[in-house]
Amino acid sequence: MKRTVFWGALAVTAMTAGAAAADTLSEVKNRGELNCGVNPGLVGFAAPDANGNWAGFDVDLCKAVAAAVLGDPGKVKYVPLTGQTRFTGLSSGEVDLLARNSTWSFSRDTDLKLDFAGVNYYDGQGFMVRKDLGVTSTKELDGATICIQTGTTTELNLADYFKANGMEYQPVNIDSNAEGEQQYMAGACDAYTTDISGLAATRAAFADPENHVILPEVISKEPLAPAVRHGDNNWGDIVRWTLNALIAAEEYGITSKNIEELAKSSENPEVQRILGVTDDLGAMIGLDKEWAKRAIQASGNYGEIFAANVGEQTPIGLARGLNAQWTQGGLLYAQPFR
Amino acid sequence: MSNPNHGPDAYLREEMLPEMPPPPRETGMVKWLHENLFSGPVNAGLTVLGLLIVWFLFDHFYPWFAHSVWNASSLPECRKIIAETWGEGAGGACFAVIRERWNQYIYGFYPPGLYWRPTLVFGLLFVALAPILFSISRNIRRIVLLTAAIVTVLSLVALNTPPIWLGVAVAIFAVALLVAERRQMWLLGFSAFYPLLGVWLIWGGSFWWIIMILAGMGFGSLAFIIAGRLSPLLAGSSAIVVTLLVWVFLSGDAAKDAENLYSLAIARVDSEAIGGFLLAITIGVAGITMSLPLGIVLALARRSDMFLVSSLAVIFIEFIRGVPLITLLFVAQLLLNYFLPPGTSFDIVLRVIIMVTLFAAAYMAEVIRGGLAALPTGQYEAADALGLDYWKAQRLIVLPQALKISIPGIVSTFIGMFKDTTLVAFVGLYEPLKNISDAVRANIEWKGIYWEPFIFVGAIFFIICFSMSRYSMYLERRLQRDNR
Amino acid sequence: MTEVPLGAEQPFRLSMLVYDRRYRSMTFQVIVFILVMALGWWLVNNTIRNLAALGKDFNFGFLFQRAGYDIPQRLIPYSSDDTHLRATIVGLLNTILISFMGCIAATILGVAIGIARLSNNWLFARLMAIYVEVFRNIPLLLWILIIYAIFTDVLPPPNAYRGDDPQWSMIFFDQVALTNRYTAVPAFGMSNDPGTIDLGARITVNLALIAFLVVIIGGWIARRAILARAQAIQDRTGHRPVTWWINLAVMTVPSVLLIWYFGLHLLAPELKGFNFSGGNNLNNALVVLWLALTLYTGAFIAEIVRGGVLAVSKGQTEAAFALGLRPKATMNLVILPQALRVIIPPLISQYLNLTKNSSLAIAVGYMDLRGTLGGTTQNQTGRELESIVLMMLIYLALSLIISAGMNAFNRSVRLKER
Repeated sequence: MKRTVFWGALAVTAMTAGAAAADTLSEVKNRGELNCGVNPGLVGFAAPDANGNWAGFDVDLCKAVAAAVLGDPGKVKYVPLTGQTRFTGLSSGEVDLLARNSTWSFSRDTDLKLDFAGVNYYDGQGFMVRKDLGVTSTKELDGATICIQTGTTTELNLADYFKANGMEYQPVNIDSNAEGEQQYMAGACDAYTTDISGLAATRAAFADPENHVILPEVISKEPLAPAVRHGDNNWGDIVRWTLNALIAAEEYGITSKNIEELAKSSENPEVQRILGVTDDLGAMIGLDKEWAKRAIQASGNYGEIFAANVGEQTPIGLARGLNAQWTQGGLLYAQPFR
Repeated sequence: MSNPNHGPDAYLREEMLPEMPPPPRETGMVKWLHENLFSGPVNAGLTVLGLLIVWFLFDHFYPWFAHSVWNASSLPECRKIIAETWGEGAGGACFAVIRERWNQYIYGFYPPGLYWRPTLVFGLLFVALAPILFSISRNIRRIVLLTAAIVTVLSLVALNTPPIWLGVAVAIFAVALLVAERRQMWLLGFSAFYPLLGVWLIWGGSFWWIIMILAGMGFGSLAFIIAGRLSPLLAGSSAIVVTLLVWVFLSGDAAKDAENLYSLAIARVDSEAIGGFLLAITIGVAGITMSLPLGIVLALARRSDMFLVSSLAVIFIEFIRGVPLITLLFVAQLLLNYFLPPGTSFDIVLRVIIMVTLFAAAYMAEVIRGGLAALPTGQYEAADALGLDYWKAQRLIVLPQALKISIPGIVSTFIGMFKDTTLVAFVGLYEPLKNISDAVRANIEWKGIYWEPFIFVGAIFFIICFSMSRYSMYLERRLQRDNR
Repeated sequence: MTEVPLGAEQPFRLSMLVYDRRYRSMTFQVIVFILVMALGWWLVNNTIRNLAALGKDFNFGFLFQRAGYDIPQRLIPYSSDDTHLRATIVGLLNTILISFMGCIAATILGVAIGIARLSNNWLFARLMAIYVEVFRNIPLLLWILIIYAIFTDVLPPPNAYRGDDPQWSMIFFDQVALTNRYTAVPAFGMSNDPGTIDLGARITVNLALIAFLVVIIGGWIARRAILARAQAIQDRTGHRPVTWWINLAVMTVPSVLLIWYFGLHLLAPELKGFNFSGGNNLNNALVVLWLALTLYTGAFIAEIVRGGVLAVSKGQTEAAFALGLRPKATMNLVILPQALRVIIPPLISQYLNLTKNSSLAIAVGYMDLRGTLGGTTQNQTGRELESIVLMMLIYLALSLIISAGMNAFNRSVRLKER
């Protein structure tokens, strides 16, 4: 009897899983929900609150894509993925989009069969130490014990950097950011290394952020990029151009506040094209005319998202730096909408 | 012998001496102390060591527990209260975190408005278990059912359950209490229906699915009866085939149409929202329910005369028992999608339940095999002599006895499996021990709180596992007495 | 209906495949075989299609690529320039190390506690019962996390040992320092180092170690020979020669001579820079995991030992006392040999459980097989199918080897029926 129940449950799930669709876009549309892989808990980038509502920089990208594709930024299922399981989660089809501060690198792009849809945050690896340690440069860390998350590119960078500089170190492998914090706070490691944005986010949550310094050296380039499965180019285009729309919106001054007004009144042909007032760009990627408008409305343009989640007004307090628009001396440069 | 004619002999006593109290060494407290604590130098040393351990534990932990704070909204506030009440530098537990995050520990991210659903499912679990676990003593059954009924109904009221469902709950408990008094075996019907009801209440969706699954089984048993007139072998296989056919080709559409016609749906809840002890207990109960029958089948297969069947069972059992559960969970999370047709992806909680079930079933099979082996050969021979066929012999003679022998092993496998549900933390599910606690600590108010969540979660696990093991010992004793 | 004469060949009919007991099991097995093959084919076919859809293949070439990551705790030399294969072996050795240490410590603890529970000391027996119940009924993961938290939060960082008036001081005659990163213990130094031999693959073994092993094994063999001779004399003459001092000498003197010859001494760890150096730093991940596995498995072994001793009927003890055996001799000659037969089979499964539970190293970042092959290697190369399959096979092989070895031991202590 109970055995048949088991098969019944299996059968039900198999049926609800439904027929497999060939491309991600129609799959997402059929499902009515975007499965978005996110960090299980990194304040500012992606973290659930007490009620399980997700918020953060990466989360807002998920919302924008959901708004563009499904017309509702709320139709996202957030799948928390650890550093160890994120790429598998994507390639196995568990998530449609991986927005989980992942570095765009050669081998990931080619060997892991991922497609990165454009950089949403330019980062680099740094070190955080206690102020009273008196260390001012990474070069003084010879012989130090360093906390490092396993399964990240930072682990490889760390090994390379210390080797290149002829220094020794003792790694303490940790599984999650929360554990890293615990070890670092207790002094079980002298330094904690990860992306500088992550360090800032971690430090912001300390009771005494002023007692910790992030060392000036940046030992690697970490362009963090949303990733999709290799081979589904149309879906990749949708994510890429949603991100571009957010960046371009900031460049052209489109915000979530003035977007309705601009859609009616703007004379700028590029703005008109983005907002779907003239040309039907959406049709070229299988979406409707106002996809980009909805994406921007979801949580605002790139600048608004940045300011709301990790900007200088938040406890995390990151400066725009490399992540300013190209017109402001940064690296953000959206390809033209034409 | 004294002679009354002669004078009293000096060396003879005429009257009984009054009874003396036993020497102080041999009575009461002193005797007990002497026998149990200080009977020799080694024993005395052990006593001192034991006292030292007790004193150490008391000295280190008592103040911490005594200074507990149950009412605060953040760790700094908690520490402030402790410092104000007990002076600077005093340590104290801050169990306020449990109070604040109680719901999260119990239900995970389950929608707060729907907390009554898992609560009801949990309460009904005892009704479903009553005819199985509490069948031998009417008193225990009465106490368990009554407690479950009262606690569940009170919590349902506190959780703002819709009146209809409150009525349903009260009705089920009332009927169960009545039936349990006279015809407790009727409750087995509820036990069989319970898994479907539980799945429906926890995950939500349309009740038509449940009806259609039951309909599939109904058609199956119809086929069993009809084909049974021709041949028993045909009956079994046709029942399975018909049931599967109905499920695969009919149930889905029928449920959808019926739902459109007349909606019986309750709000759906995603698996991701299920966490905390709700998740642990769901995985545990589902795994237990399914691993026992699977384990019996595997054990019988392993003892089968058929070479192929027994070697397949051996390979399966030894493989599962040879690898850590964590690798099987990784298979569930990372590899299962490779093994299924491209494009299928199904629920991670269900995947984990399947893996945990397979894992427990392999261990269960070994326990039951032990029970089967312990049964005297005479029992098998007697069954054969009666002319019973294989299944009848197993069902009527062998299994009832073998399962009785294996009860301690079965329960300890269950306990092990329930403890192992904590490992689902490593595939990203929000179980109470690690990931819920991490989520709690991710908030700035409760950053740095470690011991209190550990103690709370540990205590709950201890209560559940300890009572399970004690009850199994009781059951074992009761069943042994029946044999005398 | 025609009568079929007894013993006559019945003509074969198709329905006999189902109804005749001689053929039925064959039919059933063929059906099972077909179903299993179909299931296997289905799974393999799905995997091939999925791999093709993802543009991946199934090959183990990644094992020979540069690993690029460091492993804090290792038994053989390893650097980030080595291959994933070597990283896997380092991880496997770490798994074996923790399992071995855990099994030995858990056995000692379990036997001690199991016997303590049987002691007639009321207080101590109760305390041990509480220990056993508490550890058996709470998940191992919780114990690992708690002990990890104790080590992290209660023990000091190394710099607490710094300065003229440090907050913490070293224990065991200034030889051992407990910190929240590692336990610094002394290393062995030799003033007359015989050098090392190279086993290839950059694995070297110190000759002194080999010398010690040879001497200890030789001493053990010599002791057996002496005991056998004593037994022979006893059988012949009825008098057993006194052997304990010869045994003691054979077991210890050569080792002491070697210690003197090599000039073996302890090198105490010293605080230099950020960390202790000079001694051996035992990673806390290792120590924590070891402690947790020992305490947890020890509770189970205690129950097994207690059950085994209780299984020996009281009549045996009384008979032994009636024969005039002292309590110690009763334990060694009468109870333990019988209890051992009850104890060993469940003990084997506890050893297997401990080995499998060592994969919970994931919770403390100890780089065992799961941490290297099933963790970082799998993640960096994206070869989850190959890595996890290989990892499961290695664990399976490990389990089979342990159970084979222990079963052989079990056979040797089993009741020899004559």
